Amino acid sequence: MPKLTINGSEIQVPEGRSVLEACREHDIPVPTLCYHPALEPYGACRLCMVEASSPPRPPRLVASCVHPCEEGAVIETDSEAVRKSRRTTIELLLAGAHNDPMLLALAEEYGVKEIRFTLPEEDLCVLCGLCVRACREIVGVGAISLINRGMARKVSTPFQIASSTCIACGTCVLICPTDAIKLKDITHFHSVHGSDSEFERVYCQICDDVDLSPVVIQDVDVLIGTTIEKEVDRD
Amino acid sequence: MKASGDNPISYESFLQQIANRGRTMLLPALLEAQARYGHISPEVAGAIGAALCVPLADITGVIEFYGMLYDRPTAETIIRVCTSPTCSSQGAQTLLKELDQSLVVTPGHATPDGKHYLEKTECLGLCDQAPTALVDLAAVGRANSARILNPPGDFHTAIYADTPVITRRCGKVEPTSLANFLAHEGFAGFHNALKLGAEEICSRVKDSGLLGRGGAAFSTDIKWEGAASASGKPKYIVCNADESEPGTFKDRVLLENDPFAILEGMLIAGFAIGAEKGFIYIRGEYPRVQQIFQQVIDAAYENGYLGEDIQGAEFNFDVELRSGGGAYICGEETALFESIEGKRGYPRLKPPFPTTHGLYQKPTVINNVETFANVGVIMRIGVEAYRAYGSPGSSGPWLFCLSGDVENPGLYEITQPITLRELIYERGGGVRDNADLQAVLLGGAAGKFVSPANLDVRLTQEDTRAAGLGLGSGAVVVLSEHADLRQTFADLGHFFAHESCGKCYPCQLGSQRQSEILDRVANHEALPGDLERLQDVGWTMTDASLCGLGQTAASAVLSAIELWPDIFQGGAL
Ligand SMILES: Cc1cc2nc3c(=O)[nH]c(=O)nc-3n(C[C@H](O)[C@H](O)[C@H](O)COP(=O)(O)O)c2cc1C
Ligand code: SF4
Ligand code: SF4
Ligand code: FES
Repeated sequence: MPKLTINGSEIQVPEGRSVLEACREHDIPVPTLCYHPALEPYGACRLCMVEASSPPRPPRLVASCVHPCEEGAVIETDSEAVRKSRRTTIELLLAGAHNDPMLLALAEEYGVKEIRFTLPEEDLCVLCGLCVRACREIVGVGAISLINRGMARKVSTPFQIASSTCIACGTCVLICPTDAIKLKDITHFHSVHGSDSEFERVYCQICDDVDLSPVVIQDVDVLIGTTIEKEVDRD
Repeated sequence: MKASGDNPISYESFLQQIANRGRTMLLPALLEAQARYGHISPEVAGAIGAALCVPLADITGVIEFYGMLYDRPTAETIIRVCTSPTCSSQGAQTLLKELDQSLVVTPGHATPDGKHYLEKTECLGLCDQAPTALVDLAAVGRANSARILNPPGDFHTAIYADTPVITRRCGKVEPTSLANFLAHEGFAGFHNALKLGAEEICSRVKDSGLLGRGGAAFSTDIKWEGAASASGKPKYIVCNADESEPGTFKDRVLLENDPFAILEGMLIAGFAIGAEKGFIYIRGEYPRVQQIFQQVIDAAYENGYLGEDIQGAEFNFDVELRSGGGAYICGEETALFESIEGKRGYPRLKPPFPTTHGLYQKPTVINNVETFANVGVIMRIGVEAYRAYGSPGSSGPWLFCLSGDVENPGLYEITQPITLRELIYERGGGVRDNADLQAVLLGGAAGKFVSPANLDVRLTQEDTRAAGLGLGSGAVVVLSEHADLRQTFADLGHFFAHESCGKCYPCQLGSQRQSEILDRVANHEALPGDLERLQDVGWTMTDASLCGLGQTAASAVLSAIELWPDIFQGGAL
């Protein structure tokens, strides 16, 4: 069981914990966006950066969600270097999705006063990859993927036309942190899943048994009705 | 584009042949389809998916990741014009204008007759003859529209050496002739290594002080020992020939002129760590190198240098050639593994490291082409003779790629360390047309700018580090007083924004904003606060990015801000 120091307090954690997991278990706040406990760590949003020093090496920033708890490590989760890095990342994110409540709350917390970057158009999707990963790792389908590179990257169905493997489970909608995939869109059979797709009844690809249909979506509709209202308001 | 008449077998039979290997054959299958059909249609992608058991969404993700794969038809011939710093400063922008007039075509479009499709591309590794273009598979140096329409097919890089060690066979042997290679002490190092045994090889590599030549200058012995002692099996050797760092062409020159020497290094490494299989990953923009190396592999199999019981020793080793698809990030070692495994070339999170969890999650040694070339030399001439070259902190001969506004651009092998000034003015013949020097970009796009005041730094690891610089991949881009530095900054910005894999935010978002600001700087439209924006974004990319691409994406720009702050100040100049 490695022992390490986080923000001055010595803690001991079970083998195999990431620094983020250790922090969460000890109620030390660390913001994350691409992390989800049900998914493989991805280390992409870099909001969870913390400062790690293992003397004599100088301290450096590491992504806590993927960084293992090492014996004797000294971690700072809220140093100036950490805050500065998070501040810029939040600012960069807000440039694309400037009305997102979650990002605005983070901006408030980290003192982002002004967004000094402008984007040609607003894009709620922050490319965290959660939807794609959830579709593959939880649902086991892989109906959508991230396409392109760098600048032009986005979430898409194969060849940007209707996905034939989507089972309309709504997992991508639920997991999206910025509500970029709209439930309304799925129930109306378009959005990231391609336009005009019609969801025939299909067999669940995991259990090969239950068949899912648009009815499922109506249930989800009812379940999280608030999301829908929010969506409608925003448009 | 290959005519379909060239193909002995149908695409369907090709797919059947590779189907049992599964997803790892995805990129080869896509490249083959691209070559045969000019693009990859949903139907072909569906057939590939069915054969290799890959979901269609993943195939789309992979197609879209690589610059040389298209999901819709382009034209008979694809013209790729390099707009990276060297070519851009040597007339690439004029060339694009010329093509607009002569062929009536702008980047991203086809000519009115539908015969040519024009694209801007990042460094093609042909920098010594800038401006350059790749016309389908033909490399065109000193490109103009006449040469682009009728590629001359005679691309030849000049090689200069104080004492030829790494390059000593270059130009003297027929590259694909094993007999020639053997007649020039070829495989002498490998035969010595077989006698020494695995442990002794590793200890000699250690004593030689060999540093990786792929850019990070990491000690080769540490990787080899790590993989040798790792418990997983099988183990792999990977030769990184994805050479895409702007201004770098050394690996191409070595592979074109002395390819057996690289194979020799891979064999020695394989024997040393107990690997049975090697991959060489050659960038897609080097089709000629790929042809040459495939011939070398075939000759080695025919003559007992690959396969089973190599040269009578208890050593089996196979080598497979893989082509890249046009993505700088795939030169990053873990992205390269992902690419071979048939995925999008996203860098992996480290740890775990390749020595224990590399290709297919197995212990892997990955080294650069030039590193493997050095391995053969060390085994042939011994540690002492090897250490007589170079400096204590960077032993052995080092290769430099000199390009830009210099009298004699080309590949330089340096065995006795010299300063940057000596490289440019004494070996390289000085700045072209006796112009004044404005700046040098040292180490490629991921490197730093050096001002004329700092030319006396010796080109060794220890001296450059002390000066806050780095040798990187050995790229030295010379910019004269006539060069438009602002344009160079913008080129660098485009490079990173275009090549960022997009996985992590600081780099994905930061490289785009950096590029936008540098465009403003290039147009003399910098806004108040742009300098600070560049710094904030730059520092965050450097500290918080996931991989080496993002961590170095601001390196050159931040160095430029220190040297010439006024250029970046909104409203000034
Ligand atoms: C974005 C990026 C691109 C890279 N491209 C190359 C390349 O084209 N060739 C290469 O040998 N190494 C490249 N590297 C370095 C490799 O990750 C790796 O360190 C190298 O292949 C190891 O070989 P070496 O130890 O012999 O230098 C790149 C690294 C990064 C971060
Ligand atoms: S749609 Fe939502 S979950 Fe998917 S990548 Fe975009 S922000 Fe993330
Ligand atoms: S630093 Fe850039 S290239 Fe590397 S993982 Fe992040 S986005 Fe991709
Ligand atoms: S939570 Fe996104 S990088 Fe760690």
